[in-house]
Amino acid sequence: MSRKSRKTVRGVKSIETKHHEQREEVLNGLRNLDRRSFLRLSAAAFGAAMGAGALRFPHTFQPVSIANAAGNGGGFRFAYISDSHLYERDLNDRFVTQLLRAVDDVQRLDPKPDFVIYGGDLAQLGQPKELELGAQILGELDMPVKMMVGEHDWYLDMGEKWRELFGDPTYSFDHKGVHFVTLNSVIEEDFWTERGMSPMERMKTVAGLDNGIQSRFEVGAEQREWLRRDLEAVDASTPVVVFSHSPLYHYYEPWNFWTKDAAEIQSMLHRFDSAVVIHGHTHQLLTHRIGNIHFHGMLSTAWPWPYAPEGLPELTVQMNRPDPFDPHDGLGAGSVRVNTDGYVDKLYDLWNRNPIEVSAGYVASNGSRNVPSRPSLTSY
Amino acid sequence: MEEAMREGPMREGEARRRHSRERDGASPEAAAGAGRSRTAPSTRALTRVAFTVTGLGLALTLGCSEPTSDSVASGGGDDIEVELCDGETSTRVPARAEYTREGGLAIASDLMAQWKRRNPDAEWVEAEREKHRIEPPADNTDLIGKTQGHTYSRITERHVKEWERELMQLVAEGSQIFHSPDALGSEIAVSCDMCHPDAANTHPETYPKFQTQIGRVALLRDMINWCIEHPVRGELLAADSAEMRALEAYITAQRKGETMQYGKH
Repeated sequence: MSRKSRKTVRGVKSIETKHHEQREEVLNGLRNLDRRSFLRLSAAAFGAAMGAGALRFPHTFQPVSIANAAGNGGGFRFAYISDSHLYERDLNDRFVTQLLRAVDDVQRLDPKPDFVIYGGDLAQLGQPKELELGAQILGELDMPVKMMVGEHDWYLDMGEKWRELFGDPTYSFDHKGVHFVTLNSVIEEDFWTERGMSPMERMKTVAGLDNGIQSRFEVGAEQREWLRRDLEAVDASTPVVVFSHSPLYHYYEPWNFWTKDAAEIQSMLHRFDSAVVIHGHTHQLLTHRIGNIHFHGMLSTAWPWPYAPEGLPELTVQMNRPDPFDPHDGLGAGSVRVNTDGYVDKLYDLWNRNPIEVSAGYVASNGSRNVPSRPSLTSY
Repeated sequence: MEEAMREGPMREGEARRRHSRERDGASPEAAAGAGRSRTAPSTRALTRVAFTVTGLGLALTLGCSEPTSDSVASGGGDDIEVELCDGETSTRVPARAEYTREGGLAIASDLMAQWKRRNPDAEWVEAEREKHRIEPPADNTDLIGKTQGHTYSRITERHVKEWERELMQLVAEGSQIFHSPDALGSEIAVSCDMCHPDAANTHPETYPKFQTQIGRVALLRDMINWCIEHPVRGELLAADSAEMRALEAYITAQRKGETMQYGKH
């Protein structure tokens, strides 16, 4: 995509984008207040709104989360975009437009996040043109972008094109005292050779979430050994944040909402004072905790997945049932505030809805404090 | 007679064949509702026997000898040619050999193996079920031995299997369409399973209901068509089309055990 056409897309602001800008302006204003004046203002504004018979800023009042954000001095923030499932633009412009919207959202964050993690499944069928298109769009972000690989990026050419564009999918880095690790958690045992599948048949098999022929995701022995050595040098008091495409726990096996060797990864993280796993693949608001490890899902920009019929972690407060008549509902991007102790407040910036914050306090208290806003309509 | 034997499976197989050129014709198993045989005049003084695989018993009573590859290869004028109901597959056995059960089974296996080589996609229902989980239909084995008026003087195991086989064909066909952007005619390579893995969140048990967004009471098929028109960007299906029937069957099958709650939002 040329820069020129990119600008054309940006020039047109949808009603949602305008609403979003207005909302952000209000939120930024509120962040600069201390908690006491915020509550005063919030109460006054609410009273005034009730008096006037209408809220002045619809959809913007989330006193608890804002007060927390305002009260948090240290730490830093990074943004996330995930699961865009791009086809070539000529075939399907919808998923392209949706990724552009997420890039716009992140680009407009103020203050600017330190970096962006892309959560995997940039392409739908791992085709070079899909990946190149994705790389081009993400290249519009004027902040560092950390890439993670998903199964849709991998199984056409076993990651060849992805590695050419983005490098090694397994790596670590340190940022402001936090140790970050990115894993390729979508390794599958060979199910294709015996069946004589072509690369595209293999890709399409893995691309089907409910396709039972494929194997289950795992990080695998090679990366586990790499991780063990990587973490050896890290002091237990250093906060660790792990990025993985699939959840590093067992949620629902038939859809690979699951990583087979998750327990072995968890055991490597248990010695740290704080450990956080941020994952994609599930396309939904998802929260879990195992001991010292907090787990958070990421939203997709392509389509929302239903919650699985069983295995949903207890701490998860579901996002609202998406309205099929609103093509952007249940989608979005978001950001992550890393607190000084290494635990994170996870912001799900749902398009066309209130943002939802799942705070470190909520997870740490096993759901007794700072409960995120509950959905008005849950899944069937 | 062959037409009559195929009528059932072909009726339900209509949509699938339309989408899958390489698969065609009913399989011998599908046509095996009634085991039948016929004797046809031979052009070379051979006795031609057509039979279906589950009609093996009939083949045995007609008499077949041990069909080794040698005997087939060296088949002289007194061989029996055993023909499958497809009219294309056949095997030869010596006419004067002893008739045994093993011999009959060997003939059946040979014919079936030949037929499978010619129809590599014959077990598409099993293949589809391996790929995509399909809830099995209700178990009716407790009805075996019971009667039901004029339709069944006595319900047999074969009846029960036939019900399930025919039903699974329709449901598996629905699963294929559900998972295929091409079968759905999507212009943007989108299929139903991309939002509804295992048909999750389709809640067929809640229809009919008033669907505010389209301003009228919707049946499940109306919502299927809405999805085909909008997120899938395909061509609308006729309400009674083979594809719509198959999709409804698959979606409903996946919610087996759910309480019917028509009108639930």
